[in-house]
Amino acid sequence: MRDVAVVAFAQSPSVRQDSVHNEVEILTPVIAEAIKRSGIPRKQIGFTCSGSCDYLAGVPFAFVQALDAVGAWPPIRESHVEMDGAWALYEAWVRLQIGDVDSALVYGFGKSSIGDPREISVAQLDPYYLAPLGPDSVSVAAIQARALLESNGHTERDLAEVAARSLRNAKTNPNAQVKGDFEPDELLEAPYDVSPLRSRDCPPISDGAAAVVLVAGDLARKVCERPAWITGNDHRIEAHSLGARDLAKSPSAALAAEKAGVGDGPVDVAELHAPFSHQELILRAAMGLGEEVEINPSGGALAANPIMAAGLIRIGEAASRIMDGSANRVLGHATSGPCLQQNLVCVMEAR
Amino acid sequence: MSDEPLTVLRSPLRLEYTYTAGETSSRFLRGFAQGKILGRRCPECDKVYVPPRGNCPICTSPMTAEIELAHTGTITKFCIVNLPFAARNIEIPYVSASVLLDGADVPIFHLIQEVPYDEIRIGMRVEAAWEKPEDRIPGMESIMYFRPTGEPDVEIDLFEDADA
Amino acid sequence: MTQTQSEILSAPHVLEYPYKRSLGPVIGRFFTSLKERRIEGVRTPAGRVIVPPTEYDPDTSEPLSEFVEIGETGIVTSWAWVTQPRPNHPLQRPFAWALVRLDGADTAMLHAVDAGAESAMRTGMRVHVRWAVEPQGGIRDIECFEPEAS
Repeated sequence: MRDVAVVAFAQSPSVRQDSVHNEVEILTPVIAEAIKRSGIPRKQIGFTCSGSCDYLAGVPFAFVQALDAVGAWPPIRESHVEMDGAWALYEAWVRLQIGDVDSALVYGFGKSSIGDPREISVAQLDPYYLAPLGPDSVSVAAIQARALLESNGHTERDLAEVAARSLRNAKTNPNAQVKGDFEPDELLEAPYDVSPLRSRDCPPISDGAAAVVLVAGDLARKVCERPAWITGNDHRIEAHSLGARDLAKSPSAALAAEKAGVGDGPVDVAELHAPFSHQELILRAAMGLGEEVEINPSGGALAANPIMAAGLIRIGEAASRIMDGSANRVLGHATSGPCLQQNLVCVMEAR
Repeated sequence: MSDEPLTVLRSPLRLEYTYTAGETSSRFLRGFAQGKILGRRCPECDKVYVPPRGNCPICTSPMTAEIELAHTGTITKFCIVNLPFAARNIEIPYVSASVLLDGADVPIFHLIQEVPYDEIRIGMRVEAAWEKPEDRIPGMESIMYFRPTGEPDVEIDLFEDADA
Repeated sequence: MTQTQSEILSAPHVLEYPYKRSLGPVIGRFFTSLKERRIEGVRTPAGRVIVPPTEYDPDTSEPLSEFVEIGETGIVTSWAWVTQPRPNHPLQRPFAWALVRLDGADTAMLHAVDAGAESAMRTGMRVHVRWAVEPQGGIRDIECFEPEAS
């Protein structure tokens, strides 16, 4: 395997609604900053890959317009996934293994404010058995939350503590959208959205974008003082049917973590893409992350959830802790599909 | 009760959105309400783009210099459409064309009318036929179509910028 | 050239697609039975009964074709309470989402329970089908589930 590292990361401040800028206008400065931080001239980037969702934009092939933010003339090697940018990063990492190009630009973006993300999420469900019932993202997450609470002694207070800690961590993140000091007791007094989930157990609606530059081998050492070397990168998916899974556990996250080598060493920081508070608990257990691991110093998806960028941001935030010298071994996780159906784990180390 | 096995499920999808045009597109669209076609010039590449995108698609530099373009141009390519298009009440066959406006470096798409479809040519000179001022809106429909100016055809090198 | 928010144009947009989906032999048979107020599952070679039926074994990916008659009652394996239904929800009064494992099935199906109040919901409770008055040939031919009288 070829050594590949994250050498640069940039993101836009997540906001509830950017009614002034379209996706390209949000993305352009983010990509420009990531490229500038990478030290690689734009025209030398070997491969470009993005993640976005046409249903968020309400337009088929919406991602094509985003190429204005990239500069695609003369023609570039480019690909796209209808997924969170974390999977675009996975594709770029695979692409770099071939050896003919040494760098890749990866980005993810979306304006969740344009449509109704809870309704849009129904469109990803089984069109025969699930979608006709209209179960929105909070509804299915709530079913999973109850399954967790009834399976192993976790309580609603545990969920509130995840939310409180996330929003407190977000205070030091200039790009986070929701932040502040909340006591779990205070959070528990709020009414349910879909029980057992309350509003703070659910992600905010966010417009935002993020970009990462991956570089292989010696070039990474040339352009970056402390690259975040990817030592493991894996993703797994479970059956779609909610009734055929044990919703309180995440075998796909566990397997992805195992294959990515999470357990091969200590984890200083784990950025977990858990749009719902109970999912952080499921993921920690699945990946075997103990009390000593710092979870979501960025605030995580409860503080900002630009759909299609939120998973990539977990990888970027985790990589940043290596690049800034505050951590030596980290992981970034991303999820896709209802109730943690699909999970990606990216382990990075300093050398 | 029917004995026939079911074979099909109707599953209509309906989602509602509120679009924001963004800064660049808003100015462009508002220009039409005022009878103007606004392009933007890239300070690095020196090319004029219409519709303007905010960034140059080649070098990604922000394009802030606004250029008011002429309402005349040259047909660079066209097609004769024989299928009715649900959104428009238009006689078949009709012609859709790329029109390179004078002063622009990329063409815009529009309809060509007031000329038999089999007389339309690459290189033909055309001009915008606008809605009456009181009927103009912030959108390209403020131009109903393009029609021949009667000027002699222009030689167009279709691949002039292929190596840019 | 920064513009104020009021100068930025916005417009509503509706995305609509009139999809018609082929059911195939497995889902087709399930929906045909459902319209006739019968529920069928499919059995895997390992003996696991899947409801609603899938075309392939989720563990081995082999095609499945052994159908099994399933009852109209079952238990709730997880649930969530909706106080404010959204327009596309199956009921327009407060209701529970539930995973219901019907008697004879090894998997649960998602549907709604018209329980009346959140206090009436409990994991493990028994529920039975309320059939739609006018079946259309789809999962909503089950209108919802109701708590069994205790």
